[in-house]
Amino acid sequence: MADLKLTDVGKTYGGTVTVLEHINLDITTGELIVFVGPSGCGKSTLLRMIAGLEKITAGVLEIDGEEMNDVPPAQRGIAMVFQSYALYPHMTVRDNMAFALKLAKKSPQEIDEAINRAAKVLQLDEYLDRLPKALSGGQRQRVAIGRSIVRDPKVYLFDEPLSNLDAGLRVATRIEIAQLKESMPNSTMIYVTHDQVEAMTLASRIVVLANKGIAQVGTPLELYETPENEFVAQFIGSPAMNLLAGEIVSTGEMTGVSLPEGKGTIQAKIPSKDSDKGLKVNVGIRPEDMVETDGENYAFQGEVEITEKLGEVTQFYFKPSAPGNDPVIAKLAGIHKGMRGQTMNMTADPAKVHLFSNGQSLLYRD
Amino acid sequence: MSPIMQGIITIIVGVGGCVGYFYLSNLVLDKVIFPPKAGDKGRNINRATMVRPWLFLFPAMFALGLYLVYPVIGSFWRSLFNRAGDEFIGFGNYSSMFADSAFQTAFLNNFLWVLVVPAMATFLGLLVAQLTDRLSWGNIAKSLIFMPMAISFVGASLIWRFVYANNPDIGIINAMRDFVGLAPIDVLQIPFWNNFFLMVILIWIQTGFAMVILSAALRGIPEETVEAAIIDGANPFQIFFKIKVPQIMGTIVVVWTTITILVLKVFDIVYAMTGGNFETEILPSYMMDFMFRDDGRATAVAFVIMIIVLPVMIWNIRQARKEMN
Repeated sequence: MADLKLTDVGKTYGGTVTVLEHINLDITTGELIVFVGPSGCGKSTLLRMIAGLEKITAGVLEIDGEEMNDVPPAQRGIAMVFQSYALYPHMTVRDNMAFALKLAKKSPQEIDEAINRAAKVLQLDEYLDRLPKALSGGQRQRVAIGRSIVRDPKVYLFDEPLSNLDAGLRVATRIEIAQLKESMPNSTMIYVTHDQVEAMTLASRIVVLANKGIAQVGTPLELYETPENEFVAQFIGSPAMNLLAGEIVSTGEMTGVSLPEGKGTIQAKIPSKDSDKGLKVNVGIRPEDMVETDGENYAFQGEVEITEKLGEVTQFYFKPSAPGNDPVIAKLAGIHKGMRGQTMNMTADPAKVHLFSNGQSLLYRD
Repeated sequence: MSPIMQGIITIIVGVGGCVGYFYLSNLVLDKVIFPPKAGDKGRNINRATMVRPWLFLFPAMFALGLYLVYPVIGSFWRSLFNRAGDEFIGFGNYSSMFADSAFQTAFLNNFLWVLVVPAMATFLGLLVAQLTDRLSWGNIAKSLIFMPMAISFVGASLIWRFVYANNPDIGIINAMRDFVGLAPIDVLQIPFWNNFFLMVILIWIQTGFAMVILSAALRGIPEETVEAAIIDGANPFQIFFKIKVPQIMGTIVVVWTTITILVLKVFDIVYAMTGGNFETEILPSYMMDFMFRDDGRATAVAFVIMIIVLPVMIWNIRQARKEMN
């Protein structure tokens, strides 16, 4: 129903503390955009700016081509679902959902219809006359979602809606949100979370926020397979991507890199220029892309310090080359026993090797 | 002996007595009455454990019995006797009291006080709590409004005697009347309305109390519910009356009933301002009129007050307990 456009948006508190700057983002109708980022990166602030709960101190927010910077929240055509549900505790489920419609002076029939429709979608029919305190966490969050649905907004805003739920309920509610999105293909949704799984499973596009700005925007798999920078590479995926210092020794369609912690040259399926020879790079390999090798060339040799046997996979933590360094981690399928203290040679498929220079991926150079 | 020494000795004897009581009574229980010795070891320990709570409860129950239960029963008993206390007259004190027009006035006035003072004090307290919440100088304003709480009722009455003074050079009401060319009046002598001038004093004192409690309650409201209401399109008035006030209703009731109970006990203001003249009598001051002269009648009034306070008190305690959960 609505396109949303952020142009050079920024947020400064008290004229001195800048938390966000130069945010440019185009969201088209029907997308489910997920904001992720480390704590304090401003993802909730950005959402609240879109909602109108925080003032936009720089740039322009447009919804459907209309500037919204100074439009009060209720007239922006948005609805918001809060982490703490934010249900009105003194009102029944029905009154919670009706509140906005009553304020908008809708007729009783319209209100009833909207509530019944939402209640059916969210399976809340039986609970309409209960108070929020008589509901479980998952039901409360469904009421909160229902409260936004009845308003038929152009844009839905979700602020970490699943964070207060326990693990099992979180998965169930996540799937409900995905189904809800599917049933309303024309609604635009913006979803803030710090949970990667939520981001990867729900998003049509993910916006990674870091250092007051956007680190990368892309589909979940784009971010996973071709991260633009070391930050995104390490932020998406768990455990985080290993970064190994290396130097480019051969260039062309494939790039060869030698690593001091490994032996010989390993290949990366990333084109490079002749002038790159000798360039210091960080070689990024995801733990799940690490494979053991007995060949001549390998990226890394290390002694297994800790193993975590999870059944479907086993995670190896190698002894850091120098104290204080992050350990290199490998995640191998299946169960591996008795590996502690052993030395392993690890490498990876050239297509799964990432190269970063100065924190930026070599893939994204002009 | 100097009073300071007396005080110190009293404190030492009091605190030492308490500690001594708890220590020695437990010692006696464990070593003498139910000693955990051969044969009955387990049984004796269990029995001592059953008795122990009563050792701790006993002083409080004894004091409450002596200073609360006994006086209630004693007062009721006394109210059934004549002025001298030597002749049983049944409910004679009550029937003559209810027939007394002064009592009826006091009863009606007290009813007015109960209606107006808690309502106004709670309303103003709520208003101030909300209005000062976002102000940079809000805390200073709150301190000023809270200050009368620290003044005794008699002290407050003295201050307001000046405000109401029948002299344009002293009283602000008459100063204003003087300014527009009206002759000074003594507002405390205007029948019926003088009641309200007296109530203002208690409202002035109690608004601070209501404000402090309600301000804390308002701050306890989850900010998200207010934000959700903003997004739902509520204006500041709707947010206040439809979102905030209902969420602190329990606290409002506690404040309201607490002040109601207080109103039913206050006699100082009437006593100091008008002495109950000009038809400003309320039940506590009416009781004071008879105290030490006709204890039968005075205890009868006290009993009526207690019966009126009782339901409010029960409601108050129930609400407060609900708030705590």
